[in-house]
Amino acid sequence: MAKLVATLASTHHPFYLKATTAPPDQQMPQAPEWKRKIEAYRETLAKTKPDVLVMVGSDHFHQIFLDNCPQFLIGKASRYDATFYNEEREFGIPKYLLEGDEDMSRFMHQSLMDQNFDFAFSNELKIDHSIICPIITVRPDNDLPVVPIYTNIFAPPLHSPRRFYDLGRAIRKAIDDYPSDKRVAAIGTGHLSLELGGPRQFMETGPDPVFDRQAIEWLRAGDIDAILANVTHQSMEKSGNATHGFLNFILMLGVAGPEGADYVDNLDLFHTMEAYFTWYPKEQAA
Amino acid sequence: MSKYYVNKFLFTVDRDPEYLKRYIEDPRSFVATWEQSIGPKLLGNEMEASTVHVLTDKEREALINHDFVALFEIGAHFFLNLTLFIGIYDAPYMAKSGPLSFQREFAAKLQHWLELDYPSIAT
Repeated sequence: MAKLVATLASTHHPFYLKATTAPPDQQMPQAPEWKRKIEAYRETLAKTKPDVLVMVGSDHFHQIFLDNCPQFLIGKASRYDATFYNEEREFGIPKYLLEGDEDMSRFMHQSLMDQNFDFAFSNELKIDHSIICPIITVRPDNDLPVVPIYTNIFAPPLHSPRRFYDLGRAIRKAIDDYPSDKRVAAIGTGHLSLELGGPRQFMETGPDPVFDRQAIEWLRAGDIDAILANVTHQSMEKSGNATHGFLNFILMLGVAGPEGADYVDNLDLFHTMEAYFTWYPKEQAA
Repeated sequence: MSKYYVNKFLFTVDRDPEYLKRYIEDPRSFVATWEQSIGPKLLGNEMEASTVHVLTDKEREALINHDFVALFEIGAHFFLNLTLFIGIYDAPYMAKSGPLSFQREFAAKLQHWLELDYPSIAT
């Protein structure tokens, strides 16, 4: 059976590449520290020597729109183009071509359906920055095949935090059951408190620093009970209108299981708290 | 009210450099063109007409005036509303007043919503 070797959950900041590759005299003051933190985080993946990446993200109205809007979707293709024109325009993110793993996508789709998750699928999926940002940060060589999974964190109504956690558990089971000797890493991105297009956007900190610090401690401890007792759609809305990206962190904790994280780091940037978590599976007793 | 149709406008213009250019240069004329020949196309199938939605006068004026405050108050999706107007105003504001000056002005113009429940973006 396939072996999950690491679960990574992080924020995705579309300006990382631009911020850290601008000429030094034009860089923001935090750029060198940001780069050091990202390179350290990258090593938490590299040391596990994965063969394939299950990538969890959320399309930002690039391919998916309100005329046809799935809650959960899996890509099933041999390759995926990435980066849309308006992402190049706004964030300076280049185009990418990612290899797919159709066999694993097919297996996972069936497994998730069998576990009562009604997944939509796409045989021609173009990937946006929710999945390209972590490629840029933790696997910039882009040398591994991916299985992309999209969640709706954007167009209400959204699934509950509990449903996101349960989906993470189901994704974990699908990986564990996959008949292959491959080493699998699961990587998902979202946000802590975040405001976009509202009165609290682009402040000196994220819109709710208290939530940010609490969320980091919950994830550090793997405390899903505290998360589910405290985080609701209403509470996320109060923390910032785009805070629902935290649902993907809850999903990734589901993939890892309710365990303390093995690696935790964060960086207080203008307008967001960046956060980076890695879990390594505990070895099963023989 | 058609929040969906407002969002469809923002979505179709943000993703197309030619539409974006026309919306910057002559918004009134472009919004009229959009309502006549772009909005009524079914997404993903240009042969098929979609007859379901129309813009209200208020929505039309908000789009013509690049009025992101009115669009926020209509309940346009926050991401589309931000991204499109960053596409229009970020570069000129940056040249004049430095990084993030447009984004901060955008936030400042919405301060009267700070303690309130924001208009729903549900469609």
